[in-house]
Order: sequence, then C-alpha cells, then structure tokens
Amino acid sequence: MTTTQMPSTDNPEPKNSRSFMQQLTTGTDWKSAALIPALAVLTALIIGVVIIMLTGSSFGDAMSAYWALLQGSVGSLKAISETLTAATPLILAGLSVAIAFRAGLFNIGTEGQLLMGGMFAVWAGFTFIGLPFYVHIPLALVAGVVGGAIWGFIPGFLKAKTGAHEVITTIMLNYIALRLVDFLLKTEIFQREGRNDPVSKTVEASAQLPLLLGWINPGLRVHLGLIVALAAAAFIHWLLFRTTTGFEFRAVGANPKAAKYAGMSITKTYVLVMVIGGALAGLAGAGQVLGVLDRATPGFSSGIGFDAIAVALLGRSNPWGVVAAAVLFGGLSAGGQQMQVSANVGIDLISVIQALIIIFVAAPALISAIYRLKAPAASTQISKGWGS
Amino acid sequence: MELELRGITKRFPGVLANDNVNLTARSGMVLALIGENGAGKSTLMNVLSGLYQPDEGEILIDGVVQKFPGPGAAIAAGIGMVHQHFMLIPVFSVFENVVLGVEPTKTGGLLDRKKARVEVKEISEKYGLAVDPDALVESLPVGIQQRVEIIKVLLRGARILVFDEPTAVLTPQEVEEFFGIVAELKARGATIIFITHKLKEALAIADDITVLRDGKVVGNADPKTATPEVLAEMMVGRPIDLVVDKTESVLGAPVLELKGVTVTDDFGRPYLNEVSFQVLAGEIVGIAGIQGNGQTELVEVITGMMSLAEGTISFEGADISHLSPRKRHAAGMAHVPEDRNESGMVGSFTVAENLILDSYYTEPFSKGGRLQRADIATSAIGLVEAYDVRPPHIENTGSALSGGNAQKMIVAREFSRDVPLLVCSQPTRGIDVGSIEYIHEQIIRKRQEGKAILIVSTELDEIFALSDRILVLFDGKVVAERKPAETTPAEIGLFMAGKTT
Repeated sequence: MTTTQMPSTDNPEPKNSRSFMQQLTTGTDWKSAALIPALAVLTALIIGVVIIMLTGSSFGDAMSAYWALLQGSVGSLKAISETLTAATPLILAGLSVAIAFRAGLFNIGTEGQLLMGGMFAVWAGFTFIGLPFYVHIPLALVAGVVGGAIWGFIPGFLKAKTGAHEVITTIMLNYIALRLVDFLLKTEIFQREGRNDPVSKTVEASAQLPLLLGWINPGLRVHLGLIVALAAAAFIHWLLFRTTTGFEFRAVGANPKAAKYAGMSITKTYVLVMVIGGALAGLAGAGQVLGVLDRATPGFSSGIGFDAIAVALLGRSNPWGVVAAAVLFGGLSAGGQQMQVSANVGIDLISVIQALIIIFVAAPALISAIYRLKAPAASTQISKGWGS
Repeated sequence: MELELRGITKRFPGVLANDNVNLTARSGMVLALIGENGAGKSTLMNVLSGLYQPDEGEILIDGVVQKFPGPGAAIAAGIGMVHQHFMLIPVFSVFENVVLGVEPTKTGGLLDRKKARVEVKEISEKYGLAVDPDALVESLPVGIQQRVEIIKVLLRGARILVFDEPTAVLTPQEVEEFFGIVAELKARGATIIFITHKLKEALAIADDITVLRDGKVVGNADPKTATPEVLAEMMVGRPIDLVVDKTESVLGAPVLELKGVTVTDDFGRPYLNEVSFQVLAGEIVGIAGIQGNGQTELVEVITGMMSLAEGTISFEGADISHLSPRKRHAAGMAHVPEDRNESGMVGSFTVAENLILDSYYTEPFSKGGRLQRADIATSAIGLVEAYDVRPPHIENTGSALSGGNAQKMIVAREFSRDVPLLVCSQPTRGIDVGSIEYIHEQIIRKRQEGKAILIVSTELDEIFALSDRILVLFDGKVVAERKPAETTPAEIGLFMAGKTT
C-alpha cells in the first residue's frame, strides 16, 4: 500500500484495528475479562495432566498431584496464609506492570525495580535504631517506594528524552540491579558483621511488618504487606478511572496521537507512569524484605518481577483482575510446594502451567476455538509490537 | 461479459449488510453503484471478489452461475478490483508491482524481467495507460499509481473491473484523465462497476446508476435524466439540500494571522515555505490542495503539534508561535483533526470520554484532579443529542460509531466550546451525505456567530461550498488566493497541480 492518505471506505463490519496492547487492557466485556482467563487456567491444568502422565505417572497420580495442589493452596488456614503471602508481592509487582500497560508501555523492569526497592527498604530497616514501629515501618516502606521509583524513572526518562525503547532499557536495568545488589551486599554498609557471604544486616524488629494472623499461630506468615497491596490496588483503580492523571495514562496508552492532539504531554505521562510503576515494584520488594525475609540476599526477588508480567496479562491490566491473578499464582506457588512433597510431582510443573495460562490468555482466539465460543470481533488480529 | 447478481443476501451479527440485492452490468457499459457509508457497497463488492460468501443468492457471469470460494476464483473468472487504498509496494518498480504474484519465470524459478516488462508494456499501450515500467512506484503521482493498479488487474485477465471510490485521491485534472481511461476500457468491451459517493461523477460517467440504502437496492436511475438532488434523496431517504445556504457575514478583526511561517523536516527541507495569511472573525478561509502539499503541517503548526522554523503565528493579536498545544487550546482554538480515527478520538474510550478528550482537566469535568463523572455524563448526553450522534449511547466506545457519527462526536466536542477560532481539517472526509450536510450547517452557524474558521479540505466541492476565501497550497507555498465567486474549480485545479499565478 502506498503512503498516500486516502478517505476511508464505507465499512459496515466491525472494526478490526485494536492493537495488541489494547487487546490486553480493554477487555471490557465479561467474556474477555473473566471467561477467557478462566478457560485459559482450565486448559493449562488439563494439559498439565497430560504432561504428568507423559512422565510415566498414571491418571490417578495426576489427580492426587492436583489434590495436593489444592490442599497446599486452600486446604488449610496455613495453606491460605502461604497463598496470600506469595500473592502479596505479585499483586504489587503486577500492578506495576499493569499500569505501564495501560499507558502503552511494556515494563519488563519490575524485577530490577523490586530489587532496588528492597535494598532501600532493608537499608532503612537496619540503619535506624530505636524508632517506634509506627514510624519505622512507614519509613522503610517509603524508602522502598523511592528506590523502585528511581529505578522506574530511568527508563521513563530515557524513553521521553531519547525515545529509547523501554523494553530494552528495563531489561538492561534488571541486570544492573541484580549485580548491584550482589555488589552492595559485600560492602560495609550492607554486609552483616562477621559474614563473608553476601547477606545484609537483619531488619530491626521495629521495621518488620507485623503478621496478620500471628495471634492464631506464629507460623502463619501472611503479613501487613497484603493490606498495603490491596490498598495499592484500590488506589491504582481510583487513579486510572477517577482522576485526570489516569485519564491521560489511558488516553496515551490507547492512542498516543489522539492524546497528543488533545494537548496531553506524552513524555510527561511516560515518565510519571514509569515512576509510579517503579514505586509499586519497590513496594513489593520492601514487603518481601520487611515482611518475609527480614534481610536481603542475592537475587531475593526470585523472579517475582517476571511472574508479575504474567499476572498483569492474566488480570487484563485491571487492578482487581491483577489481585485475582496474583492470588491464583500465589496459590499455584504455595500448592506447588505441597505437590512436590506429597505427590512427588516437581514444582517445575507449576512454571509450565503458569506459562501455558499466559499463552492461552495472549491467544484468546485459541481458547475461543477450543471451546467454540463466538469469536470476539478483534480476536484474530496479529500482534505487531508492543502497543504501537 | 455480462455480470448479474441475483438476490444476494449477506448477514453479519446484528447487521443485514446486503438484503436481496439484484444488479446487472453489461459489457461495454459503466454501472455506478452509489450509496451512503454502511449502505452495503463494500460488502457487495467483497462478495463479488470472493472475500465473502453470500448467505443467499448467486453470481452469474454470461448467464452461468459462479462460485467464488476465495479471491483467486473471482480473479480467474475475470473479475478485477481496483481498491481505493492501492495495493502497491512503494519501493518496487511498476513492472515488479504489476507481475507480483503472477511472475513470468525462467528455468529455475528466476524472474523473467524482460518478459515481465514486455507484458506490462503491451497492456499499457493497448489501453492507453501510459506509464514507465521501470519507474519506482513511490516516485509516481497518485494518478499514475492508479494506472498501475488498473494494469495489474488487466494483466490478470480481468474483463469485469470494479473501481472502489477511484477519484477520491485525484486532482480534477487526474479525474478527467481517469474518465478517459474508463471510456477506453469501455470501448474495448470491459464491464465496469464504479463505486462512488460523488454524485456528479456518477452522473458524468455512468450508463446506469444503482442506488443502495440499508443493504437494499432502492432503485436505478438514468444518468441522462437524473439530478444530484434526486440521487441524494434516493441515497438518504429524505430530501437533501446540497447547496449550502449562506448569507453575507460581517467580517471582524483578524483572529489568526500567519507571517512568513516556515516549517521544515529534520533535514531542513521545507514542508511550509513562508506562508502568510489572515483569518478574520466571521470568515471561512478554505485551504485547497492535493494531499501532501503541506496541509497537514499547516494545521499542525497552527495548533502547536509541530514547531515552526521561521515566522510568527498570532492569535487575537498575541504571539502564540511557541505556545504548547494545551495553551493554544485553552486560549481559544478548537481543532477538528484530519484523521478522526488516528488523532481525533480514542477508539477504545467511551463517547463520554471522547467528548472530554481535550477538556477533561477543566471545570466542571475535573475538580482537584478528580474526574466528575456525573457532570461528564450530563454534558455528554446533551452534546450527543444536540449534535445528533447516533446511536445516542454515551457508554458506547468511539470505535463502535460509524464514520459520520464519530465525526459528529468530534465536531460536538470542538464546536461546543465557545471559542473564536475553529480549525477544521478534512471535516467531512469519508462520511455520509446526511452527516456532511449536518456538519456544513454547523460550520456556517459558527461563521454567523462571528467565529474565524479555517477549513482544510481535499474536496474541492466542499471548499467552494463553504469558503469566503480560497487559498491554494502547493508544495508548501500559498500559490493563489481567490474568492469562490471569482474563480472556477477548473482554475483552482490548475493551481493545485502547480500552475503559478
């Protein structure tokens, strides 16, 4: 086709011009919002059975593995606590990815932002001594927010000023963060006295996030971070749908040119959304070091930032969808431990199932075809890039 | 070849796109197919070209029933489509484009360039379609590119040629040349179907006119006796006033003034070269020109999307040359962008959201950064009603609207602001006659209210209908200024093609 602009033809058929990013963020009808993800999970679990059986186990073995998975995720108070503990950082990191999606950016840098947030938080956690918890906890959390926000600002600023693609810069910043953590943990500031291996000083008790169910059983690990995460989801939902800032984010994400014509500053939006995304990831890192680990070790992010991309995709970049997806992934992760122990099926299967879920969510046409759903209007278009 | 469609019905979910359509086109004649957007013209042509299977009805060629399971079968049966959006590869040469997909090959599957060139030359000479087979397509004017498209379908053995809005992108002179080509094809016995919404062209070139409305054939008209008014009424279903009524208006002070405005690309080549003009209060200034002669840049530099290299832009006497788009908007400039889908609206946003797209941050829509949903909805309901946006559901997404209604939504957003300057770029491009009439009325109403209005349009009829003064933009320069009463479309057409005064 030539580049000449021409008047549009008359076209009574449904328009088929949504971008991949829009498809991920604007599934407003209930089918794409809930049904497709639910069927994606179901399909992935069914394929999981096949995989278990391929390894020489019987169908009965596969069923007992899934029973263990269910037991380990929701079968007891302890299991639910583990599920929610695993879900907590996934909610925050998932929101980080989701809000960037909404503004048309692919934030792959959540992992690095989470690491930096965790390092800032752990520093604030062990440096200030003698503070009351109601000062120390907020202080440490804010430190985490700042650390993540700085790490988010860098790719946002580079994108705004130079056009550098955020996928490239955030991936590189992940590597930098990962190795920076290794380096910092060997410095005098962070390294625990008397240790040669890279491990940080322990967070002061006054900065450790209180356990929510510790009064029932101190072994129930779910902590205050869960409340923080849910509050963040509510805040992001409010920000996106009730404020002018969120209006700008969504407009820039859905149609940057129209947003520019409407007088919005695209560059300002990119920087702001990456700062907010980084802050959320930083909060996730802070929650891990203050609520679960009490210290920082190399790679303490343990891939949460990458699982977060899957969570945001599954949650269709809707804040409450992200919460639901994070709880599901938290459950898979908690239940996976149980499955490994009692059914002798490797926890790697969980990663396979998670990956399958994402493939099916990213290819809704596949799910529609398998279950003979009437295809949504725009389901068969080809994704051309990240949001543009 | 005689083509007959019998009882073609095509349904889409919720839409009856074609409803028992019958039409006949004979060898050596031109059948014009006219109808509003959404009347079912494109669906019918997609059925004919094998892209869609009709739910009912049949296609006959020379009395033989045809089945087209895909586009290949339709081409094999002798049907050739010349699309409105050319299907050419800009960096390929003419002959490469023409033989693409049916390449003559030598042993070993190598492209036989010599034979390909000869084939292209033969057809171009036979039908009087002069074109250099070795020219790069991107270097050719649009009119010549269209010839390449025509040669393409002829090479594939088409005897029934379907032209979809072929004149939309041509200058008046190119349209004349195109009509010459059609006459030549007709004389050689081709069957021609000409889809258009330009009634005058249908009357000028067709031997028979079929009118579609809501998927049905509402009638045929004889071009020798029919008038544009009659055709428009058949298309829309109610009497249409094609002449824009406008009374003399009282001219006021200059609202917009450009002095020596130069805009360059990244390499310093000018998009706009020392453009100077004024738009007065109560005046409509029309910018005529072929697409790509600086109109887009002119609108962008006025609205602040693009920065200027030299010159000044004044708005109500104040220099706004370097203000941001937001500040210009706030100062009192409304802007209907040239491409509604690309830059005029956010397709996935609701109608209500699109109606506040550039004023969402102002009261009453926002207070302290919080969107006031009740006020936004109230305003949207009022605007949808006042500007006749159909269907009037403010929670629909923008992309669900037809072209005409989407445009009315954008016009509603921009015209509902009581501001001194309106910049309208291609205000009625690709929309139905009813919406065009409505938007033209709104523009005239704004003029009567004493607003300054700048219209940029590639539709010369529109420029003549609305403008108090016409400026012709060619190669980034204003090459002519005329009052519509003192010139003719032919003269303006010559300026558009580069003739200087």
